[in-house]
Amino acid sequence: MVKKAFILIFCFLTFLSFGSTFHVGRNQKYKTIKSALHLVEDGDKVIVHGGIYKEGNIIITKSITLEGRNRPVIDGARKFEVLSIKANDVTIQGFKIQHSSYATLDDPGGIKVYESYNVKILNNHLYDNFFGIYIQNCRRVLIKGNRIIAFGKEEQEIGNGIHCWKSDSLQIIANDISGNRDGIYFEFVTHSVVWRNISHDNIRYGLHFMFSHDDSYFTNIFKSNGAGVAVMFTKRVTMMNNTFEKNWGDAAYGLLLKELTDCYMSGNKYIENTSAVFMDGSSRIIMRRNEFKANGWGLKIQANCTDNKIEGNNFIGNTFDISTNGNLTLNSFDANYWDKYEGYDLNKDQIGDTPYHPLSLYSVIVEVNPPAMLLYRSFMVTLLDKSEKLIPSLTPENFVDNRPLIHLIDL
Amino acid sequence: MSRILKYVILDIVKNKIVIVYTIILALFSWSAFSLEDNVAKGLLTLLNIILLTVPLVSILFSTIYIYNSSEFIELLVSHPIKRNRIWTSIYAGLCLSMIFAFIVGAGIPIVLFADLGKAIMMISVGTLITAIFVSIAFLSSILSRDKAKGIGVSILLWLYFALLFDGLVLFLLFQFGDYPIEKMMVGITAFSPIDLSRILILLQLDASAMMGYTGAIFQDFFGTKLGLFLSYFLLFLWAFLPFAFSLKRFRKKDL
Repeated sequence: MVKKAFILIFCFLTFLSFGSTFHVGRNQKYKTIKSALHLVEDGDKVIVHGGIYKEGNIIITKSITLEGRNRPVIDGARKFEVLSIKANDVTIQGFKIQHSSYATLDDPGGIKVYESYNVKILNNHLYDNFFGIYIQNCRRVLIKGNRIIAFGKEEQEIGNGIHCWKSDSLQIIANDISGNRDGIYFEFVTHSVVWRNISHDNIRYGLHFMFSHDDSYFTNIFKSNGAGVAVMFTKRVTMMNNTFEKNWGDAAYGLLLKELTDCYMSGNKYIENTSAVFMDGSSRIIMRRNEFKANGWGLKIQANCTDNKIEGNNFIGNTFDISTNGNLTLNSFDANYWDKYEGYDLNKDQIGDTPYHPLSLYSVIVEVNPPAMLLYRSFMVTLLDKSEKLIPSLTPENFVDNRPLIHLIDL
Repeated sequence: MSRILKYVILDIVKNKIVIVYTIILALFSWSAFSLEDNVAKGLLTLLNIILLTVPLVSILFSTIYIYNSSEFIELLVSHPIKRNRIWTSIYAGLCLSMIFAFIVGAGIPIVLFADLGKAIMMISVGTLITAIFVSIAFLSSILSRDKAKGIGVSILLWLYFALLFDGLVLFLLFQFGDYPIEKMMVGITAFSPIDLSRILILLQLDASAMMGYTGAIFQDFFGTKLGLFLSYFLLFLWAFLPFAFSLKRFRKKDL
């Protein structure tokens, strides 16, 4: 009997601790979101029903759940930041948030989170905002299943899709981002994960990392962005199973690595980029089991890169597999598959018996003298290349894969 | 005119070399497509054939044919036929038979294997290249009465366009590497029909390679309708001008 009473009381208490629920909508008790927000306490839930809400800047200062039913629209009328979150433990879910203002001084966003913990932003549509979701000095934020669409024309006229600054332990999962300056932007963000996002048709980078250590990104698709993906000035990043596709143009890279150290890249696919991977000043990077397919340049590895290991990758149908800008080679190539390899395998151990020099003379010439591209696939150049392959004189001799694979690696 | 044309074509067909040329082209093309695992690679192999073999055969065969038919030409001249007509008919006859050989030999497999845009580009460029080198053959054979000299000039011209020109361009590139010469380089391609054709086809085949900074400039030029039109116009000019010069010489030539 006493036990039952305890259970009842316990249930009652838990019910209490869930807080109360406020309904907002045209036919509900509260007509505006703001009127409900005035009354909420920590732990309350505000359910917003379908409709358009133009209420200026909505600021959340309590730990609440703001949930949209039938995808209500919150409109900033191009004058306000739409939704500002200034409390911990807030959940925003199921809205369409559109038309934030444009200001380069205080960077208004569709949803902007200020110095908060445990915020969840789930399943929202962010449409035509300056910044989509802006995370400023936060910890443990989950951004999941959002669709962020903007219509930027020039880099300076549009913000980033998901902009994260000075934060820690973020999870960015399954978002679809297009038309922004950078799809996802990380600056001073640590211990975070970017997983299963699709970032495409952004003006600058699909994903942009600056000074963001110990992060990982897995299984994302970066496609047709102005300049591909850039990871800069960062340590210990893990990049796995991502797809970098169709990043066209002279300054476009599938993946740009600048001043990067101690990173691990595996299972990534680089398909039809002008330059699949560009490495500048990067060291101690392990690239294993990636696929470079149908790119202009597979791997542009500058002479200032050191101690990188390029092992077990597939190079298929690239115009140039590798290019570099100097004679110094401090990186190792081992057991890759090169479709241009013409060697043989007498002992049938699946490893070619003669070493492969992935750097062609012509790629060196083009690096020094870009207009030489004019002679691409000319008979003259093919002749030069063949003789250089036999007796390397202009290309660095130690730029070599001593164990080239005979068969494609099954990835 | 049409009668002379008929005789020329009949004569060339009787000669059988053009038929062998057709068969060899067909063998090359079919094997290129069936041996390579993807169509793009097959097209690239074919590209090399179009840019090397087709010009060589066209220019050599035509030069030798013109020298061999000098008696036939003298016979025709003794008849009341305008010299313009004689020379143009022989040109048309040679062009038509060589182009026919190209289209039957290489054109059919291209159409069957490659997609339409690329196929049209390859075939039209191959056709034009044939006409251009037949035209150059006319020029080199009118320059000298000496057969060995004429054929020698033809071979040298082929060597120049197929190999030397690219070497020269490479040399120029290195000499003027410090200057912004990309746009000038687009202009320089106009001086070699082989280079012009190669770039036209490559822009269709693997754009990625050409997409560097220079590639972007090429794309800006050759990729536009105007550029495409202009390059085809240039190729037509190449097919016409050498022949026009030779025609001028032929009209006044003491046979």
